[in-house]
Amino acid sequence: MARVVVIGAGILGLATAYNLAKRGVRDVLVVDRTYLCGGASGRNGGGVRAQFSSEINIRLMRESIAICRDFATEMKINVWFRQGGYLFLTRTAARARELEENVALQNRCGLPTRMVDAAEMRKIVPELATEGVRAASFNPGDGVVFPWPFVWGYARAATDLGVTIKPFTEVVGFETRNGRITGVRLRPTRLSPLDASDEVLPAGDAFTEECNEVVICAGAWSPKVAELLGVALPNKPHRHEICATEPLKPWLGPLVADLTDGLYFSQSMRGEIVGGVAVDPVPEGINQQSSRRFLTTYARALVGAVPTMAGVRVLRQWAGCYDLTPDGGPIVGRVPDPSNLTLACGFMGHGFMMAPVMGRLLAEHVDTGETSDLFARWSLDRFARGDLVHENMIIG
Amino acid sequence: MTAKAMLCRCEDVTLDEVMEALEAGHRDIESVKRYTGFGTGWCQGKQCVVACARILAKATGRAPELPITPRPPLHPVALGVLASLGDAEEG
Ligand SMILES: Cc1cc2nc3c(=O)[nH]c(=O)nc-3n(C[C@H](O)[C@H](O)[C@H](O)COP(=O)(O)OP(=O)(O)OC[C@H]3O[C@@H](n4cnc5c(N)ncnc54)[C@H](O)[C@@H]3O)c2cc1C
Repeated sequence: MARVVVIGAGILGLATAYNLAKRGVRDVLVVDRTYLCGGASGRNGGGVRAQFSSEINIRLMRESIAICRDFATEMKINVWFRQGGYLFLTRTAARARELEENVALQNRCGLPTRMVDAAEMRKIVPELATEGVRAASFNPGDGVVFPWPFVWGYARAATDLGVTIKPFTEVVGFETRNGRITGVRLRPTRLSPLDASDEVLPAGDAFTEECNEVVICAGAWSPKVAELLGVALPNKPHRHEICATEPLKPWLGPLVADLTDGLYFSQSMRGEIVGGVAVDPVPEGINQQSSRRFLTTYARALVGAVPTMAGVRVLRQWAGCYDLTPDGGPIVGRVPDPSNLTLACGFMGHGFMMAPVMGRLLAEHVDTGETSDLFARWSLDRFARGDLVHENMIIG
Repeated sequence: MTAKAMLCRCEDVTLDEVMEALEAGHRDIESVKRYTGFGTGWCQGKQCVVACARILAKATGRAPELPITPRPPLHPVALGVLASLGDAEEG
């Protein structure tokens, strides 16, 4: 019998489980239908920033960045965290005004973000082609991490504190009584070899794990899991592709993100240039296939922004899913029915960076049962009430 | 093979490190890839996947697994070349 079953061993599920165990909650079980890093947490760009347009996100991300800074010491693992800043660009007048307002808000929240002109842009990234860029903002404290060790760090620290992590174990149903979940139906899985679909194969009989609390941290799969409980979520999976070049000597300080076409690129500590671009339309549903159209779109955008990149070779491309909500805000906290279910999904394309702080807040919420103002603001019923949140600093 | 034998030369992954991944409980090739980083460098696994699959098969007593999900492009391609190509439909 588990006190808490966390569904999904991505960064958010693992951070939540780790923080639950740290608070002294015993018998925490994390299950995942495939391997660790199989979802978006193993497929993202590792960007970590506090430049947002809403005060909530700015303040949360300040805390997350502080956790990233201490992560290696606390978790005893190198996550290749590098604070080279984020340079946001925009090519339209309307976006430029928004960017200025966002910088003013970030300053009121204590961030040193500043607007930079073309000359300063070229100082920060000498290779950048700046014509056509209307405005840019720079926060030197933003940065990048290598996602894989970050996931392993939480997994190992959680295991050390007594958390059980079961990969290749899929949630296929629930048992409920009187408006509460009493058990989770689990089935062992294996990957279907070289199959492009999202299906996994059964690898044993289903069994029931009794539990007191359930947390859904299933990222882009969350609507499917919640549906098993009759809970309808408005999120939609949206494929995003990304690629890495051959490793280069360090030359690129910040992550550069163009809010106009969704181009972003940064240099990892391994030397590769890692980046992506918005591609429209994308196939519906969960889809983690790479396309050639992405590669050509990205190459044109990147070579346009940094002409010297033309000679650099792409080594690998891959894809994952963003978890999009109608208003760009996440869906977090308990629902009325079933009463022992907590949701934590809808983190768009910035859920990795949010996980360090959200894991803490979620563990507190699940453990104490108390709802903070933040969780009230981000609750599922805001869509029914029409009380939406706003965020315009979204990449891609 | 000695413990320091280099299994993945692009990413400097040694036999030791793969054994450590097995000790940490990983029993499938996708997990071991993400735990050690093997197969993600210049040659994209063309040299190391077989060796790692063998070690895993020996440790688990199961038949060797099929290769890790292959990541395009097959060979490194310059961004300038890609930028000059037209857009394909999905695929
Ligand atoms: C290309 C790309 C680039 C990105 N770049 C960034 C970035 O730079 N910075 C950033 O902060 N974020 C970025 N993101 C977003 C970020 O990756 C996600 O927001 C984050 O990883 C979500 O974490 P998660 O733990 O909630 O979900 P996931 O990591 O997706 O984990 C969900 C897990 O649930 C499991 N699951 C699903 N269904 C079931 C079931 N029925 N039973 C059991 N388990 C189940 C899945 O197997 C999966 O492992 C990017 C995303 C993509 C795709």
